Amino acid sequence: MRPFKYTRASDAAVAAGAVAANPNAKFLAGGTNILDLMKEDVERPNELVDVNRLKLSEIKEARGGVSIGALAKNSDTANHPLIRRNYPLLTQAIVAGASGQLRNMATNGGNLMQRTRCQYFYDTAMPCNKREPGTGCGALEGLNRIHAIFGWSDKCVATYPGDMANALYALDAVVRVRGSNGKERTIPVNDFHRLPGDTPEKDNNLAHGELITAIELPKSNFAKNSYYLKVRDRASYAFALVAVAAALELDGGNVRQARVVLGGVAHKPWRSAEAEAALAGRPASEESFRRAAEAALAGAKPLAHNAYKVELGKRAVVRALMRAARLV
Amino acid sequence: MKDDLDETSGAELSADEEALLREMPTLGEVGQARRTFLGQTLAGSMGLFALMLMEKEQALAALAAEPGAVFAAAPALENPVRVALKVNGAAKTLEVDSRTVLLDALRERLEMTGTKKGCDQGQCGACTVLVDGRRVLSCLTLAATLEGREVTTVEGLARGEELHPLQAAFIKYDGFQCGYCTPGQLCSAVGMLEEAKRGDVSHVTEDVTAPFKQLSDDEIRERMSGNICRCGAYPGIVAAIREAHTGRESARTWRFVEEEELARVRKELEADETV
Repeated sequence: MRPFKYTRASDAAVAAGAVAANPNAKFLAGGTNILDLMKEDVERPNELVDVNRLKLSEIKEARGGVSIGALAKNSDTANHPLIRRNYPLLTQAIVAGASGQLRNMATNGGNLMQRTRCQYFYDTAMPCNKREPGTGCGALEGLNRIHAIFGWSDKCVATYPGDMANALYALDAVVRVRGSNGKERTIPVNDFHRLPGDTPEKDNNLAHGELITAIELPKSNFAKNSYYLKVRDRASYAFALVAVAAALELDGGNVRQARVVLGGVAHKPWRSAEAEAALAGRPASEESFRRAAEAALAGAKPLAHNAYKVELGKRAVVRALMRAARLV
Repeated sequence: MKDDLDETSGAELSADEEALLREMPTLGEVGQARRTFLGQTLAGSMGLFALMLMEKEQALAALAAEPGAVFAAAPALENPVRVALKVNGAAKTLEVDSRTVLLDALRERLEMTGTKKGCDQGQCGACTVLVDGRRVLSCLTLAATLEGREVTTVEGLARGEELHPLQAAFIKYDGFQCGYCTPGQLCSAVGMLEEAKRGDVSHVTEDVTAPFKQLSDDEIRERMSGNICRCGAYPGIVAAIREAHTGRESARTWRFVEEEELARVRKELEADETV
């Protein structure tokens, strides 16, 4: 690991100021991703500003919904009574990810910031536009079994690896951030992560020095009928090949509104407006769900080794919706 | 004589020796007296053997320092960070390079090698320890972040000679073969049982909105999935944790043989060989 200066920040203004002042500085929260990447020489900050002592870990009712602190641990968030009762989809998504140890370390803000697990990104001997812009994409014509089927560009075919964010997209969460100038702004989570385009080195729309302070969940009518389905290479402790965050608001036997978000298929959680439109006003039935799944995957553009994700994605959407509707 | 030399040739302290020192702080004073004595004998004629003993005495004296004493920094730290924390109840102050992870601080600086380095990148769980009672990966925890925290390692689970119930259960149910992942398995299991007691849910919990009650074997497997065992001792690990969790004995798939049975088998083997 390369040498870096370590500072422990005691308030958010100092932390944001320190990072803003140094283009090679980064915030350190749970550290589960950045330390791994520093050991691999993928991330090379020369300064880490430790924000773990900031008072940003509260989970509380706010504006009819719930506000979760950026520094609340994943495990505390998943198990908080307000989350389990009102947003069980988020609980399910968080506990589907990583391991007990990592969820005890990882924070909510850090989770949004986690980087892709593309092998070409991790291997510094390989070309990667995300790691080193201009070097090319090793995965585009290489081994791309775990890569994107939506929204990729010829510069990058990596996927966003997280689970928590898939649920946040389905729940219309809002990310609250604090700039180095002290001004706060909010970003709808759907606009937080980016598609790769010509600048795959940018995972999200945060400016350098902007600190996530909270994630806000609006009041939700999905608590009764939601489900997080994760399909992976082994039963536990692996990243998703395909994941589906499904949420339904039912009116008798009909769908009033729906959320369908796919994980593991794009550079960001992939919310399917097509599937949601196909479900609205329709009976909550396997037939409707199949139509929604076809709509969700209709625009998929698989690579050489990941065409399986199209069929897997369809089946996962149907299954997740069936579970959400409590039909299986 | 050769054995004696081997035993005393290193200046490192084993975990047992450290534990002994913790329990008997007066050893440090004894060390002082013995060092003077050994210096004299060295001046006399004993030579190499005494020199080795001296090295060890010095190491003992250094580690038996008052709680809160600063452990000497390795030379030329590029970004030194001073951190005061507790390890298994004992106060430690370390000056570390900012890059030092807890795993390396424990093994290389505090000479507590119970915590194991497996993958060193958060994929195997061998380095699991408890920080403020919660299980975490020491390979991905910067030592610098631990100011004021309490670390518990596998060396801190037993109470003197009395094993932690999980340690006893791991032995009873053959929860290991090579043993390399075991310290991590144990610390992870201790943390995991606390989480279950608190009512935390997991990926295999059917209804996350309902209060969580008791761990099934599936729950144990899922919650321990962050600890990989290359020997595949999983059935024993699950049985051990199940017993520690429920207090009820798990069905054991093996037993110790009786002396007579062993004698009979030996006789049969001998008979086979003579044929």
